Amino acid sequence: MSDAVAIRAPVARTESGKFWIVPPAALLALLFFYPLALIARQAFLDDIGVANVAEVIRVLHSRFFLNALINTVSISIAATAGCLVVGLVLALILAFVPFPGSGFIARLIDTFIALPTFLVTLAFTFLYGSAGMLNAGLMETFSLPLPPVDFLYSAWGVILAEITVYTPFILRPLLAAFSLVDRGQIEAASVLGARPFRIVRQVILPAAIPALIAGGSLCLLLTVNEFGIVLFIGAKGVITLPLLIYGKAIQESAYQVACIIAVVNIALSLGLFGLYRFAAGRLGA
Amino acid sequence: MLVWSRSGRLVLWVLFALIFGVLFLAPLAVILLSSLADQWNGVLPNGLTTEHYTDVISGSAGRAVKASLITGFLASALALVSGTWAALSLRLQGPALKRLLGLLFFIPSAVPSVSVGLGLLVAFSHPPLLLNGTVAIVMIAHFVLISAFTFGNVSAGLARLSPDFEQVASSLGARPAYRLWHVTLPLLAPYLVAAFGLSFALSMGELGATVMVYPPGWVTLPVSIFSLTDRGDIFAGAALTMILVVATLVLLLGLERITKRATGS
Repeated sequence: MSDAVAIRAPVARTESGKFWIVPPAALLALLFFYPLALIARQAFLDDIGVANVAEVIRVLHSRFFLNALINTVSISIAATAGCLVVGLVLALILAFVPFPGSGFIARLIDTFIALPTFLVTLAFTFLYGSAGMLNAGLMETFSLPLPPVDFLYSAWGVILAEITVYTPFILRPLLAAFSLVDRGQIEAASVLGARPFRIVRQVILPAAIPALIAGGSLCLLLTVNEFGIVLFIGAKGVITLPLLIYGKAIQESAYQVACIIAVVNIALSLGLFGLYRFAAGRLGA
Repeated sequence: MLVWSRSGRLVLWVLFALIFGVLFLAPLAVILLSSLADQWNGVLPNGLTTEHYTDVISGSAGRAVKASLITGFLASALALVSGTWAALSLRLQGPALKRLLGLLFFIPSAVPSVSVGLGLLVAFSHPPLLLNGTVAIVMIAHFVLISAFTFGNVSAGLARLSPDFEQVASSLGARPAYRLWHVTLPLLAPYLVAAFGLSFALSMGELGATVMVYPPGWVTLPVSIFSLTDRGDIFAGAALTMILVVATLVLLLGLERITKRATGS
């Protein structure tokens, strides 16, 4: 390392090199941070441009805002809990009880990260919708007059879709963490008579906890921000903050209301982002 | 091996197949099936047809595919240049500033896409920066949303790069520009291609910011899928979704092949 320092470029060059950061930083400032600041400003101005603080208080106390906030937070927590459970089960089997083709399956699940989120919702309409495969099958088999399965157009539909979409974000760090677990340790424990549950609890889980925390906080952030799934389900009772912002701005042209809600949504997201960075930092990522 | 008994393993594999089947396989399979379904009143479609594909292709799909590909390509190219530039020049900063700026470049990935769109509408709807209603505002929205991912990928690549090559080059008298072009960037190439592929895929599926800012003549694939399904035309929506999935996968696999050939592995 001392050699590396000796070969390093002269100080004068690194001093002038500091300015190279300006172009990309300026681009981001103009296209992202400036609009973000204007959202915060617009939250206190009505649509003609006059200061209106009373509107902020009215919106923050309104039923539609509070409902959306509660929906957003509860859906996000439920979906993240689901992702953690499903991700942990899948990762344990993929890593420690592998089967022929398990590597390919792991990669297949990983490609879900690149696919649009609303795909799953659209598929759920065909699977679990009122005229979907499941309901049609049950109605035919038991000759029922009405579709018996009716969870899709509720928060449960959103939660199940989000579990599908965001489980790969848990699976990826978990599989990376499991690949570092010493197989000899597991074999030794198992030869000594430890049952699988005990090995999972005492050997594997401690190694997985940082990955679970980092993946879980990323899931919280992504599910709070999720828009496509909720829009495509289109249930009247399931309005989240992003959907409310879209409705107020585009359908009602109420920009101040949209900006007030956006400020709350952005603050919530940035808080979760801080949590994720903290967790990922502890993980050493 | 964690579970030694054959029956225990079988139970776990059945559990895996069940979760994987219900959560991941069934949605993909059913989208494919419904895009080919003729009429669907029972458990399975009454017949198969390619009519939905010919319908959407002769209709709006051609333009939507074009809009999505152009938007994805330009936004990803700009994000690649700016993300690589930022990651490289961040190395020249002191540790404190490096941490702070690194965090700032990541923040766009944390802000909900709908709010990014709203911000662009609020900021660029008045002269002198009147972009509302143009194609440029769609590109900007996509660029902002994917910029953090390209920056992150390139930064991760830089962190894994051994500093030896660059130090040898500079001790042999290579000037910084020569070193950047002939040493650092070629070594980074696999990460650059991966970053480009991921951001292209994210842009192809972007919906939240696009529905806020898109002008009538520039309807991307996700927006046109939404308007089809919103109208109740879910079979055409499924066909268009399949086109989007295939386009995304072809793109990602193609880029992966290029990287593998280039790195010789």
